[in-house]
Amino acid sequence: MDETVTVKKKWTDGFRFWSDREDLLGPLFLFPAVVYIIALVGIPFIIAMAYSVTDVTAGNTSLDFVGLQNFQAILKTDQFTQSLRNTIMFTVVSQIIIIVLANILALILSTDFRGKWFARFLIMLPWATPIALGTIGWLWLLDSKFSPIDWVLRYLHLLGESGALLGEQKNLYYLGRLELAKASIIVIYVWRMLPLSAVILMAGLTSIPQDLLDQADVDGAGFWRTFFQIKLPLILPIMSVALLFSLIFTVGDMAVVYVLTRGGPVYYTQILPTWAYLKGIESGALAEGSATALFLFPVLLAVAIMVLRFSRRTEVT
Amino acid sequence: MAVIEIKNLSKHFDKVKAVNGVDLAIPEGELLVILGPSGCGKTTLMRMIAGLEKPTSGVISIGGLDVTELPPRARPIAMVFQSYALYPHMTVFNNIAFPLKAHGKFSKTDIKEKVKWAASILDIEKLLERKPRQLSGGERQRVALGRALVKEPKVLLLDEPLSNLDAKLRASARDSLQRFQRRLGITTIFVTHDQIEALGMGDRIVVMSQGKVMQVGTPQEVYHNSANTFVASFLGSPGMNFIQRDNYLFGFRPEQFVPQEIADRKDDLQLFFFAVTRVEYLGAEQQIYGVVEGSSDEKKVIASLSSETNVRLETGSTYTFAVPKQQLRFFDHETGLRIEPQPL
Repeated sequence: MDETVTVKKKWTDGFRFWSDREDLLGPLFLFPAVVYIIALVGIPFIIAMAYSVTDVTAGNTSLDFVGLQNFQAILKTDQFTQSLRNTIMFTVVSQIIIIVLANILALILSTDFRGKWFARFLIMLPWATPIALGTIGWLWLLDSKFSPIDWVLRYLHLLGESGALLGEQKNLYYLGRLELAKASIIVIYVWRMLPLSAVILMAGLTSIPQDLLDQADVDGAGFWRTFFQIKLPLILPIMSVALLFSLIFTVGDMAVVYVLTRGGPVYYTQILPTWAYLKGIESGALAEGSATALFLFPVLLAVAIMVLRFSRRTEVT
Repeated sequence: MAVIEIKNLSKHFDKVKAVNGVDLAIPEGELLVILGPSGCGKTTLMRMIAGLEKPTSGVISIGGLDVTELPPRARPIAMVFQSYALYPHMTVFNNIAFPLKAHGKFSKTDIKEKVKWAASILDIEKLLERKPRQLSGGERQRVALGRALVKEPKVLLLDEPLSNLDAKLRASARDSLQRFQRRLGITTIFVTHDQIEALGMGDRIVVMSQGKVMQVGTPQEVYHNSANTFVASFLGSPGMNFIQRDNYLFGFRPEQFVPQEIADRKDDLQLFFFAVTRVEYLGAEQQIYGVVEGSSDEKKVIASLSSETNVRLETGSTYTFAVPKQQLRFFDHETGLRIEPQPL
């Protein structure tokens, strides 16, 4: 029997046809993201790589290849080596503090208590604040004359009177004294990245099956044993990813130092991003600025690959 | 003497009475099965015995010690979860050793010896260096059992330990689990919703429904002398048939309900006219659906017959079926409780 069935064409037929074409829609939807990444990350990155091996300056834009001369030149300056040391020190110290505090915070936030959602919201605020604005807030908190922190310390008789624990002077001059300025920068990095790390770890903790924790309970494990032998190993993959995120955000950030100290006192709190900016953009030495900015790239790439490999290897089903 | 005594135990979650006034006494060495449909409170009851759930009211004592307020680690119990809950990042050895390490009083050589002992009785010595993801379902179950046994608990709690195994493996796992329990003589509470596991393995069965204990008894008692209509219809597949008469119900098991010509004539038979509506062939047996004529509510009744039987039954015809009179069970219409035999 040969029977032809006529189906009325509907306006949705064309739409359905297109919505079923995964091979066309996939690239179409990816297109904006690809353009964005190429234009704002890819091209500048390639330009920076090109600049770093030429003699380009803001005044002379011809690109003459000079090999690794720029890298050799910047390595000889004290500002650069100081910036490199600071970048590494700020990053390592802040990451250690972040990982410890994020674990504690995640453990607290993953328990049940009244107002848990409000506490979670409050803790996310530093991450939701634009970093420049947040740092300006800190600039006020750390003001050499009007710092509210000093005010509280004076009120508690810890500062500004004879025999006070922190000295007789009226203010601590956070950003004027080298050690305090470095500590302030680290504190702000921690303040800034702690929420994200804590939330990522919290997600890791809540994904541990309740059965495993009940089992640990029945097996007689106490709080510390459960944390170090069950929870920590199980969130290790996600923790390494949290660490990678926070590390890259911290290494690459220039807003905090730029707003807070501009590298001062003198250049003792300078870091690579601010130094690259001051050198390359403000002084016009584009080539050396690019070399400075790219200096840590191979290291970061290696770290990222290592962390991602580690996180995949430690992943357990 | 009873190892576990439970008195008037209740657990209420807000308004839901998950466990509602349960009394139980479990003698040493018994394999007690807690059976019930999902949501009947059997798992909550077990979790309270383990200490993972705090009772709303009531008392639990284990080995003469009131443990109601004690955390799990202070109770002489071990538990195997439905998922086996093996620590995925640890080797089998470390999984089994974990309770010993957590106990904190065993030396390294002690731990090694005890793990080897547990591994040898469960025949998993060759797996000690593997990770849980490299094990089959049956192997995981044995590792979980090993971890439970290694600290030599007074009571072993098993929460649906066979439901993660495939059907073929389950039969042999039932057998090995039961033999294993007998050999060690360890008091065991086994929670399941599977009546085959319950009837096949339990020394005694606790049938639960809606947070309450419906009946406690040996498999034969709960099956043949069900205390109420819930137990009678929950046990057996299909469950007991009920027919209403005036102010009571009477029931009979599908396998007792047979055509008159193949019924045992020595028995005192009760006859019914049975209008067949459907014949379902299930391989070794067949199930005959139909209505008993003259019953006031015309409810569906099921007969289970061997497929080998010579009697041919046609859909739409009426036959004379028989039940031995001593197999009839009578229940109160209102309460569902078992009552004395009534004249039919």
